[in-house]
Amino acid sequence: MIAELGHFALILAFAVSLYQMVVPMIGASRGLTAWMDSARPAAIAQFGLTGISFAALTVAFVTSDFSLKLVYQNSHTDKPMLYKITGVWGNHEGSLLLWVVILALFGAAAAVFSGNLPPTLRARVLAVQAAIGAAFYAFIIFTSNPFLRLGSPPFNGRDLNPLLQDPGLAFHPPFLYLGYVGLSMSFSFAVAALIEGRVDAAWARWVRPWTLAAWLFLTVGIALGSWWAYYELGWGGFWFWDPVENASFMPWLLSAALLHSAIVVEKREALKSWTILLAILAFGFSLIGTFIVRSGVITSVHSFANDPERGMFILGILAVFVGGALTLYAARAGAMAAKGVFSPVSREGALVLNNILLAVSAFVVFIGTIWPLVAEFFWDRKLSVGAPFFNQAFTPFMIVLAMVLPIGAIMPWKRAQFGRVIRPLRGALIFTAAMALLIWAMSTGHSAVAVIGAGLGSWLIAGSAAELIFRTGKSGLSRLLRLPRADWGKAVAHSGLGVTFIGVALLTAWQVEDIRVAQIGEPYEVGGYQMTLQSVDEIRGPNYISTMAAIQIARDGRTVATLHPEKRVYPVQAMPTTEAAIDTGFLRDIYVVIGDAQVGGGWAVRAYVKPFANWIWAGAILMALGGMISLSDRRYRVAAGARRAPVNAVPAE
Amino acid sequence: MRRLVATILLLVLMPVMALAVQPDEVLDDPALESRAREISQKLRCPVCQGENIDESNAPISRDLRLYVRERLEAGDDDAQVIQAVTDRFGEFVLFQPPARGANLVLWLAGPVMALLALLVGWTFLRSRQRAEPDLAEPLDDKERARLDQIMKDGP
Repeated sequence: MIAELGHFALILAFAVSLYQMVVPMIGASRGLTAWMDSARPAAIAQFGLTGISFAALTVAFVTSDFSLKLVYQNSHTDKPMLYKITGVWGNHEGSLLLWVVILALFGAAAAVFSGNLPPTLRARVLAVQAAIGAAFYAFIIFTSNPFLRLGSPPFNGRDLNPLLQDPGLAFHPPFLYLGYVGLSMSFSFAVAALIEGRVDAAWARWVRPWTLAAWLFLTVGIALGSWWAYYELGWGGFWFWDPVENASFMPWLLSAALLHSAIVVEKREALKSWTILLAILAFGFSLIGTFIVRSGVITSVHSFANDPERGMFILGILAVFVGGALTLYAARAGAMAAKGVFSPVSREGALVLNNILLAVSAFVVFIGTIWPLVAEFFWDRKLSVGAPFFNQAFTPFMIVLAMVLPIGAIMPWKRAQFGRVIRPLRGALIFTAAMALLIWAMSTGHSAVAVIGAGLGSWLIAGSAAELIFRTGKSGLSRLLRLPRADWGKAVAHSGLGVTFIGVALLTAWQVEDIRVAQIGEPYEVGGYQMTLQSVDEIRGPNYISTMAAIQIARDGRTVATLHPEKRVYPVQAMPTTEAAIDTGFLRDIYVVIGDAQVGGGWAVRAYVKPFANWIWAGAILMALGGMISLSDRRYRVAAGARRAPVNAVPAE
Repeated sequence: MRRLVATILLLVLMPVMALAVQPDEVLDDPALESRAREISQKLRCPVCQGENIDESNAPISRDLRLYVRERLEAGDDDAQVIQAVTDRFGEFVLFQPPARGANLVLWLAGPVMALLALLVGWTFLRSRQRAEPDLAEPLDDKERARLDQIMKDGP
């Protein structure tokens, strides 16, 4: 009954989205206020309806209603409650429902927070947003319905894939979707602006918070996924250049570019058509990501379903929206002339370079990801493009980006002089040189990766600090604290990038690995730590059986930690997983994994000392935090304040 | 959550889980072993989805890891080992496609695009430098009313 309610609510939401797609759009072109205004309640109703639908599915999972096919396929009565809830989106249909809920959430948020938008623009934005919604409602209802019943319900379900039974599932997909779907707002704003034929500083100011929010969610989502892979998969890799990872990374790069180009539109009324194009592409790539994950066209890991029909449907959505938007773009972009006058050496110039580097690096990731498809299609060759290619083809762009970033960030608008820009950065340059020397001295091998990566990381951090000091001038602490939050956000986000650089470089260069057969009670040394396998026991979990080891880690005779790596078998899915045990530290992680019992006695044990591992994700969190600080800047709050003005003060159209 | 689902598919097919490189595979000569690891990371497991043979748990990856070490001990250089594996399994196993023939497009796409973008960017910046300062269009009545409104309830 509850499931039918959810099903019905979903269909109603589809109907509302069809209304919201058509009526406000016509209202905007004919100047019918009532028609335009009806978009707002419609957007809120859509969110309410999808929310009911999502709640209904959650109830089915929580109460283990195996008469629903989806619940039967992905749940089990013995599964812990956390995974009954997160299991709602641990499958294709449920995750798609989460996707439309978030889409409707953004639509509703746009309806609520858009009081200061010109009515026609608001109506068009909401109509475009509803059109995207309608396409996805159709997709979910016609090809991936989560509410299908089984004729004769079984007594128990087939359980959730054990690798997904992890707290990571609670956060990684929702954040990723908030990012992917958040970019739909930038897209809707771009298309609405193209229809209006007008892009100005005000438009950029409206679109930027949405992009910033989407980007910071995407940052957190990607970082969580990377961290999850790090601790779950048993060898501590954090990035694999897998097609699905790339699918989330391309929109991230493009939305980062979009954030920066929107600043130029806002401050200087230049780069307008490029910014519109970026907004279209960023969302386009998030649709491509959906396509890659759900169509199975690229032999990829963790794809949801290899269903050509679904693939075709998403390809259709992609073609209509991106194709349509680009056609509109081709027709209208010429009308958006740039206004500002500036020298190539200026903040504007630096941001153009930023956009070139980010966009071209996204292009490199894209071509590497689709190249196997291209090769198979045109020459019938089956080939692979993996980490070695991306490391070589992508990294140079990031190196150049990091080198020029602190210089570009400190440049004034319009016209800059190189000498004057460098002066406040002298301290940062000296600091960077010192750090690079230190790291060079500490590297026993001749690790260029460590020196370059960590050197650039230091440069980014010191450069951000130098910029804050420069903006403070001689007025001291009170002025520093009163700097606009946008300045603080920028410094925090940029130094976050530096922290990630340091983490990636030092982890790659300095990791110590040890693979051996360990005998119980016999200590051995790995990277300066004494490790002792103390015991291996069989333990029973709620829905698995575990082989759990106890490994004591000591340094200079003192115990640092006792770690409990596990090997689990989930009987329902008849499948083993490894649970690495990690002693997390500021400067290093100790990472141990237990393998099989050996014929001659003892156990296979892999142990790693991973220097600066946490810096990778800490940097990402700092970047997101920077985004949040920037989002709380006064100029957005002032715009929000204007919304409280009496309605009749603004003449309606 | 990278290769989670793929790993699963793999693992379902496998009765016993073996964890990537096993202790009995490791060569005594650390220099040779580290070369073997490096080569293994460039070779794709032929039956898995996007894993290299160094990380993979599949039996065939273990065979390939042992084969790579065998060749190295026999005195092959890195390129010869990779060639030997490619001869058997085709270019599919190469995670780094050789920069030859059609693959040149793949390798050159990035640099060429970067040059093009720089050229376009530079042209745009130069045109902005020479542009006439654009005198702001006067606000129309509606915009002026809106501006007054914003200024009034300011911060």
